Amino acid sequence: MSEIQFNHVQTAHCECGVISNIFRFYGLDISEPMALGIGAGLFFGHLPFVKVNGVPGTTYRVVPGAIFSRVCKRLGVKMESHTFSSVEKATAELDRVLDKGMPVGLQSSVYYLPYFPPSYRFHFNAHNLVVYGKKDGNYLVSDPIMEHATEIDPASLAEARFAKGFPAPKGKMYYPVVVPKEVNFAAPIKAGIKQTCSDMLNIPLPFFGVKGIRFLAKRLRNYPEKVGDRRATLYLGNIIRMQEEIGTGGAGFRFMYAAFLQEAAGLLKRDDLSQMAQELTAVGDIWRNFAFTAGRVCKSRTATGNGYAELSDLMMQCAASEEVFFRKLAALKL
Amino acid sequence: MKKEEVPQDGDNMHEGKFKQLFYATDDAGEYVKVNSVGWEPENIAMQQAWEEVNTKIEDARRRMQAGEVSPILYYMEKTIMDLPLLASYVNKFQWQVKRHLKPSVFRKLNDDILRKYAAAFKISLEELKKAGQ
Repeated sequence: MSEIQFNHVQTAHCECGVISNIFRFYGLDISEPMALGIGAGLFFGHLPFVKVNGVPGTTYRVVPGAIFSRVCKRLGVKMESHTFSSVEKATAELDRVLDKGMPVGLQSSVYYLPYFPPSYRFHFNAHNLVVYGKKDGNYLVSDPIMEHATEIDPASLAEARFAKGFPAPKGKMYYPVVVPKEVNFAAPIKAGIKQTCSDMLNIPLPFFGVKGIRFLAKRLRNYPEKVGDRRATLYLGNIIRMQEEIGTGGAGFRFMYAAFLQEAAGLLKRDDLSQMAQELTAVGDIWRNFAFTAGRVCKSRTATGNGYAELSDLMMQCAASEEVFFRKLAALKL
Repeated sequence: MKKEEVPQDGDNMHEGKFKQLFYATDDAGEYVKVNSVGWEPENIAMQQAWEEVNTKIEDARRRMQAGEVSPILYYMEKTIMDLPLLASYVNKFQWQVKRHLKPSVFRKLNDDILRKYAAAFKISLEELKKAGQ
């Protein structure tokens, strides 16, 4: 089987990273922050009734797969995507496409990826990675969150591709078939910014966008009384992990989005966008402050003093700053 | 966040295997990518999540040894699964898996279904059976 030259670059977020790495292979240079911005990946959502291991779900990004499909639509990339009913069919199709010298994106569960540190191996099924060849019976892997390209044995890869649970990967694989070499980023950037502003400001439900941040801030205040100290720290720990764990680039994608605005400012020659990038950096720093304080509250384990009230106030501050920020961004004539 | 402020609170949660990437600003205010070995709040949250997992595993082990529950609960906790996830791995309804957590029901299960559980837990059939004795 052929081994192609695949230029692996480490990124913070797997989905944006796969977009960036795969598209670059076809000569379309797009950075990770640019993928996040054009794909309108920044978001906020808190769904208390959607529980993972009994802990209410919080997200700082849009639903998995959305960034990819938006970037493709906006840049005119055509992807071929398949899911499979059996491991045999999935493996055969992967080998067939690899044989043609094409890198392939795969959805997988991190639980079955042996090259990950054990501490990260939870049942998380929406991880993306690229396989770009085979060597001595192992698959060559470019996992965007890893520093270097690595390898995986076929049995582990099959398990990762056919993990059960939500969202079930069902062996999902994808690869571009049409990639334009020259793309004008101007219109896609504007479309991405517009969508993110709308997602953050206009969804008429309390769970999403700036409203969602306030919604969570209010609930956070009452966690110790509502669910007890132990569960309260678990709930809080989950918020920290969603915000700061590998994948977000810090402050729940806020810094990565600021990097996007900065890059966009250069491309579109717009100083006001670079000003907005600075403002978002400041908002990100408040989020970091929240995470830091939350970590301390988690560590102390008991709700002594007014730890949760303080955290609630901090998150309200995040909401207020983001509202100001996104209203300003939405008002820019791009 | 400035480049110099990118936290480097390693407590070996990553086991030296890799460094995660942060976006931070340099002196000119330009965004750059910076590697980090970890950050205190993330480490705390991660440790806490694993402590919760380990408490559940130990609890299940104790109850299994006391004959209150079948090994299926213990291995379910050990592989960090919950009822819905395990049910989808063995192709059963949740209420069926719940029944199988009873030692009396577990002892009557045939090898076909036990093999499915063993495969989901990545252990041998013998290992699973032995744990139930």
